Amino acid sequence: MTETAYNFAYLDEQTKRMIRRALLKGLAIPGYQVPFASREMPMPYGWGTGGVQVTAACLTPEDRLKVIDQGADDTTNAVSIRSFFQRTAEVETTEATADATVIQTRHRIPEHPLTEDQILVYQVPIPEPLRFLEPSEVETRKMHALEDYGLMHVKLYEDIARHGTIATSYAYPVKVEDRYVMDPSPIPKFDNPKLSDSPAIQLFGAGREQRIYAIPPYTQVVSLDFEDHPFDPSKADHPCALCGATTSYLDEVIVDDEGGRMFVCSDTDFCATRRGEAA
Amino acid sequence: MYVATKGGERAIANAHAWLAEERRGDTDIAELSVAQIRSQLRLAVDRVMAEGSLYDPDLAALAIKQARGDLIEAIFLIRAYRTTLPRFGSTRPIDTGAMTCDRRISATFKDAPGGQVLGPTFDYTHRLLDFALLAEGEIPEAPRAEPRTEPTPHIVEFLNREGLIQQEAPTDDTPPDLTRQPLELPAERPLRLQSLARADEGFLLGLAYSTQRGYGRTHAFVGELRIGTVEVEMDIPELGFAIELGEMIVTECETVNQFTGSKTEPPQFTRGYGLVLGQSERKAISMSLVDRALRWKELGEDDAGVPAQDAEFVLYHGDNIQATGFLEHIKLPHYVDFQSELELIRKLRREAEQAATRQEAAE
Repeated sequence: MTETAYNFAYLDEQTKRMIRRALLKGLAIPGYQVPFASREMPMPYGWGTGGVQVTAACLTPEDRLKVIDQGADDTTNAVSIRSFFQRTAEVETTEATADATVIQTRHRIPEHPLTEDQILVYQVPIPEPLRFLEPSEVETRKMHALEDYGLMHVKLYEDIARHGTIATSYAYPVKVEDRYVMDPSPIPKFDNPKLSDSPAIQLFGAGREQRIYAIPPYTQVVSLDFEDHPFDPSKADHPCALCGATTSYLDEVIVDDEGGRMFVCSDTDFCATRRGEAA
Repeated sequence: MYVATKGGERAIANAHAWLAEERRGDTDIAELSVAQIRSQLRLAVDRVMAEGSLYDPDLAALAIKQARGDLIEAIFLIRAYRTTLPRFGSTRPIDTGAMTCDRRISATFKDAPGGQVLGPTFDYTHRLLDFALLAEGEIPEAPRAEPRTEPTPHIVEFLNREGLIQQEAPTDDTPPDLTRQPLELPAERPLRLQSLARADEGFLLGLAYSTQRGYGRTHAFVGELRIGTVEVEMDIPELGFAIELGEMIVTECETVNQFTGSKTEPPQFTRGYGLVLGQSERKAISMSLVDRALRWKELGEDDAGVPAQDAEFVLYHGDNIQATGFLEHIKLPHYVDFQSELELIRKLRREAEQAATRQEAAE
């Protein structure tokens, strides 16, 4: 079903132009948070309105769209966003990472390596990596401008002093091209290494907070750490119970009343493809 | 065209179908019409128009019906619709001095030109459930009086003549619009007022109440509260004059606040201002108290460090559509983040247990 009453990909062309300007600025200053006049979307704030606006501004009728939430194509919100673009843009959709030209994601980077022909769009809840150290936006913008990241380093140091390790497991802060400290959205830190030197364009949209930022292809992205406490992209120490993969990020699933559990790939396309190959 | 489908899609479709049934309710009972909501639940309609930032009683009533009476959900429907509307231009500022008032009261003067007009208020009703409303029935006709034909002057202007109240500098600048530009701080008063006019009534009520209880006290009196109909006019360049587009009901509140002077300002009264679409005096009064509290810097008052003085706090947290979205999003799947937290907690516990064992061994 098409909704002909709405423009291609829902947003009007002026709004898309405004978003594209913010995207270009973001790409020109990697890791810098560009304010943009986020629109009210027909889904709630917190459901990926930033990502949806970025995707809408990037889509062309020839695109093939993949939408994942928690790595999976069949989680309810991924289904909902995919059907939104089917209705409003009539673009082809796919679950295969390799076949997609635009991938909108919440909380994961696909396991399958991305290419120069792909755009990865992240949904971002809180774009400001310093927010939980300093609640004021006026102050945090100043800190970024002055490259004043001492507070963040003190926080990481205090983690080590108290817990012996950096107690951040997702939304782990990174530094982009040795300049801006950036929130990679709540991806598990396991995914952080994939941010760096990626051939794909990575775009981040935070609708409620009205911010867009970007990582251009082949950009250096470093997870913050200390020489004597290097960054550790850990994951559950198991193979996937379905496909046997040992290198993918795993979800823990409770399978019986006794608390028995199994570990399976969070990336459903990656897991299904491996099982298809094995069969 | 290949369409990726799995279980989630059917679950969503079924949930929507069930929701539609629940909305309709018992089919043995007559369906509620949009016209009934518009005329009999008018204050709910007004709230949806005010916080939805769209003056259209029919659409607001439709939204309330569709949202099953959940007003924040109805506001959300109106906001989402509003963003898709093309913008033809801007109207002239409405002239509330020319308002046809249904209600107009002042707490600062016993009488003033135009008089005190109570209008359709709950104020002096006894809050006793009226069981007669359980049955349908006619109501007696209210007494009628000749309406005033001349404009009703703003009461606070009488203080202005004596120079006792702070002058607001007139300006022809186009006010900013936070639905078109990202909110950037520091926010000037026009932007703050726009944000407050759209803000959640309950949030503003709580903040305004906090100033009354001492968290940034501003000694407010209601100088004037008026509710009524104003004309909306727009300049048409091709015609070279303004034409009337229609009328709308607004609520306006001006508070008069005691002010003993500061380093930059002489002792005088100051104002807080509230203007809300539709009839909502609770919100208009709240808005004017919060507006006044936010003006501490321009009036050279002390920063008491209270929530109602902190523009960033107020503007970033007053929008109920933003707030409810972000609050409720935590019910969406977070398996991936939670999994990484599980791993971290297990690791920290392992290390803590090992440390405890080492400690025991050493002792």
